[in-house]
Formats: sequence, C-alpha cells, structure tokens
Amino acid sequence: MNARQAAIAVEDLHKSFGDLEVLSGITMTAQKGDVISILGSSGSGKSTLLRCINFLEIPNSGTVTVCGEQVMMKTNRRGQYVPRDIKQVERVRTKLAMVFQQFNLWSHMTILENVIEAPIHVLKVPRLEAIEKAEAYLQKVGISEKIKAYPAHLSGGQQQRAAIARALAMEPEVMLFDEPTSALDPELVGEVLQVIQKLAEEGRTMIVVTHEMGFAREMSSRIIFLDRGVIDEDGPPKQVFESPKSERFQQFVKAML
Amino acid sequence: MDLSLIIENIGIYIEGLKHTVVLVSVSLFIGLLLAIPLAVLRTSKNYFIQAPIRAYVYFFRGTPLLVQMFIVYYGFGQFEAIKASFLWPFFKEAYFCALFAFTLNTGAYTTEIIRGAIEATPHGEIEAAKATGMSRMLMLRRIILPSAFRRALPTYSNEIIFMLHGSSLASVITIIDITGAARIINSRFYSPYEAFLTAAVFYMALTFLIVFLVKKLEVRWYAHLRPQETATVEARV
Repeated sequence: MNARQAAIAVEDLHKSFGDLEVLSGITMTAQKGDVISILGSSGSGKSTLLRCINFLEIPNSGTVTVCGEQVMMKTNRRGQYVPRDIKQVERVRTKLAMVFQQFNLWSHMTILENVIEAPIHVLKVPRLEAIEKAEAYLQKVGISEKIKAYPAHLSGGQQQRAAIARALAMEPEVMLFDEPTSALDPELVGEVLQVIQKLAEEGRTMIVVTHEMGFAREMSSRIIFLDRGVIDEDGPPKQVFESPKSERFQQFVKAML
Repeated sequence: MDLSLIIENIGIYIEGLKHTVVLVSVSLFIGLLLAIPLAVLRTSKNYFIQAPIRAYVYFFRGTPLLVQMFIVYYGFGQFEAIKASFLWPFFKEAYFCALFAFTLNTGAYTTEIIRGAIEATPHGEIEAAKATGMSRMLMLRRIILPSAFRRALPTYSNEIIFMLHGSSLASVITIIDITGAARIINSRFYSPYEAFLTAAVFYMALTFLIVFLVKKLEVRWYAHLRPQETATVEARV
C-alpha cells in the first residue's frame, strides 16, 4: 500500500481508435504536488492519455483512480468498456479541471460568466461567493479588466488565461493542461506559461501535455515521455534530460532543439 | 380606390387581426415548446427515439399546410371513433383544426431548425462543459440550448414570418382572419383591390413588428459577436 494517497493513479490503460492502438498499457501515478510534463511527438498518445484521465475518452481497458476513488467500469451489452455510473464520472471530473489547446470558452457568456458557471451550477457555490472568487482568480491570471468582455473580444493569450481562471475556480485537486500554448502566437506563449509557472510554484498538482521543452525542464518535477503508446522515459527532468535511457527520447530532444 | 369603404368596415379587419394574431402566436408558442424536446431527442443516437421524430418532421415538411389543414378539418370527421370521442367538440371547430394543423406544422419546421443549431454547437465548448462535471441535462440547459437558440434565431424569425403568411389559409375553412375579413369585404362590395390591399397592409405591419422584435432580441443575444467598442454600449439599451 502506498503511504501517501496518489492524486491520480492510472493502471494498465489501453485505448484504440478503430484498429489503431493509441495507448498500449500505460501505468503511472501522480502524487499530490507533482508537476508532470508529458512529452512525446505527435501521435504518441499524450493528449489521449490526458483525456482518458477525465473520461473525455473512454479507455478500452485499465483503471483510473482519482484521489483514492477508482472510477468503476463495466462491459455493456455491446461489449464496450464503459463507466458503470456516469454520476461518479461527473463527480470525479469536478476534481480534475482541464485547460484545452483551443481554450474552449463558452462563447455566448462573458469572461466572468464563464468562470462562475460551473462553480454555481455544479458545485452549488452561492452566487456572490462564486463571483468574489472568480474576480480573485481573474486578477491572478492578470485579466481582471476583461471581466465583462466576451471570449471573442480577447486575444488568444487572454482567452487561455481566462480558461485557466475557469479551471482554478473549480478548486480542483489536479489540473490537466492539454497543450495549453500550442494554439497561441509565439509572442503570446510567454504570458500563459508565466501563469502556469506561478501555479506550479504554489504546489498545485498538474499534468501538462506540452511541447515547451523549457517549461518541462525548468518547472516540472517529473517528465513522462510517451512513444507509440507506451511510457518510454519517466523521471525527474535532470535525470531524464542528462542521462536519458531511451534512444527515441534523445532523438526527440535533438529534434526539438 | 375607395378608402371610405375600408374605414367604414375597419371593425371586420380588426376582428380578423385578432384571430390572425391569436392563431399564429398560440401555434408558434406551442410549436416551439414541442420542438425543443423533440430537437433534443432527435439528436439521440438511439434509432427508436430518432425514427418517429424523423417521420413526424418528414410528413409535415413533405406536405402542404393547406393539405394538412384539410386532412384535420374535413378528414377527421369521417372517423366514427373520433366523432364519438371526447375530442370531437374540439375537432368540429374550424378554429381548433387550424390551430392544430398550424402547431404541428411549425413544430416540425422548428424541430429541424433547433436540431441543426444543436448539432452545430462547437464541440470544444461541450467538452469544456463535460470536463467541469456537468450532467447532460445541465449541459443542455446552460450551454447547448442557449448557444443553439442564438444560432437558430435568424432562421426561426423566417419561420415566424412564414407562419404568419401561411395562416391566411385559415380563411379557406371559414375562419375570419385578416384574409377572411378581406374576402368578406370583397364579396360584399365587389372591390377586391381595396379589400386585399388592406389585408396586405395588415400583414406588412405585423411582419414589421416581428422583424423589430427579433432585432431587439438580437441586440441582447449577439453581444458576443459584435466588435467590443459597441458591445458594452448597446448592451445597456
């Protein structure tokens, strides 16, 4: 038994899209306070892994345990592996906030409305309290002056920071970042990375799928390198970057630099 | 042109206006209430849920409104079962038959309009809602439908206007709507020009009102689509 309860424990996860097996048996754990960067070339399954953790993709086999609660699965009549109880999935998701590559803010709502929406309607936080917290989080990500603006009125970097505030407002146990800077203009990447860095320094548990090697190297406590659906390298950045065991990781790093 | 004719008989037109407004607004209202759940169910992957809704929509879009009204008004009376049932007091009234046919007709078109708008919801926004732990019902209520209604509004405003003009068919089954009033004036004074031109003016005024109301709704609903400078200013109007 683990003395510390893992924030996330993934056990032998498999996922295929049609004939293509994207994840071929992933086992990993994230302890509280870990900042894990998941690296890998495109098609290596890193986004799919992240999306299996909060069940935006349903794995074909394997288990996911979030803060000690294992998401129960069953095989349905058509032989598909599905969650036994969607309510449990919904409950687990409230502990896992996600930040998407394409921001995915709700376009018909103002920035403030985006941030207070789920706290009010999912977590049942009183409205005034939710607004107060939202204002604090929006200030933290540095866009409190845009509170009444709509997503379309913001730059990509501002939208992504608003999306981070929306994730923070759920006060999640773990934050999942799915390539948070990949859709941004190069000059906007910095402002978003700074915000993520600030969160990492606060000791928040985060899993970040990224192509930002600098961030992975400087800010994460652990690097996981995925290659063709399996974990090919796993360890602290110093160890992984200085003495990589995996040949493919060496090639990958060389190509990125 | 003899306008005094119209002025002296304006009461008939006002009566017709009332009937048109009630027929159209009641059928649009019930049709919309019917269409929202049907549109949501129509997006279900379950064939047995989807198929009957498809059949309903296909029938009402595939046949003319006049034919539908005739089927209800002339057709239902043929069946002894209906004549004997508690429904007969309703279906023997022309007014109810028109309302019934109009409601189902606009319900079918509106189902398709809303279904299209639901299916065009940006996928990422749905994923973001799921990721926060929203249930399907909550997601529908807070994210998908508010977003879909905004997309549906321009098409739906057309449906409102089509329904208004389509309602003139009610005059064929003895209902005194605006067109019915014009037919009375025409047959009484043999002055089709004055009679129907007046009806046209009434329909145009109603259309103008509809366009105006939709415009107001657009100002409120489309703040997120306007350039920022004007968005905050107009939102206060």
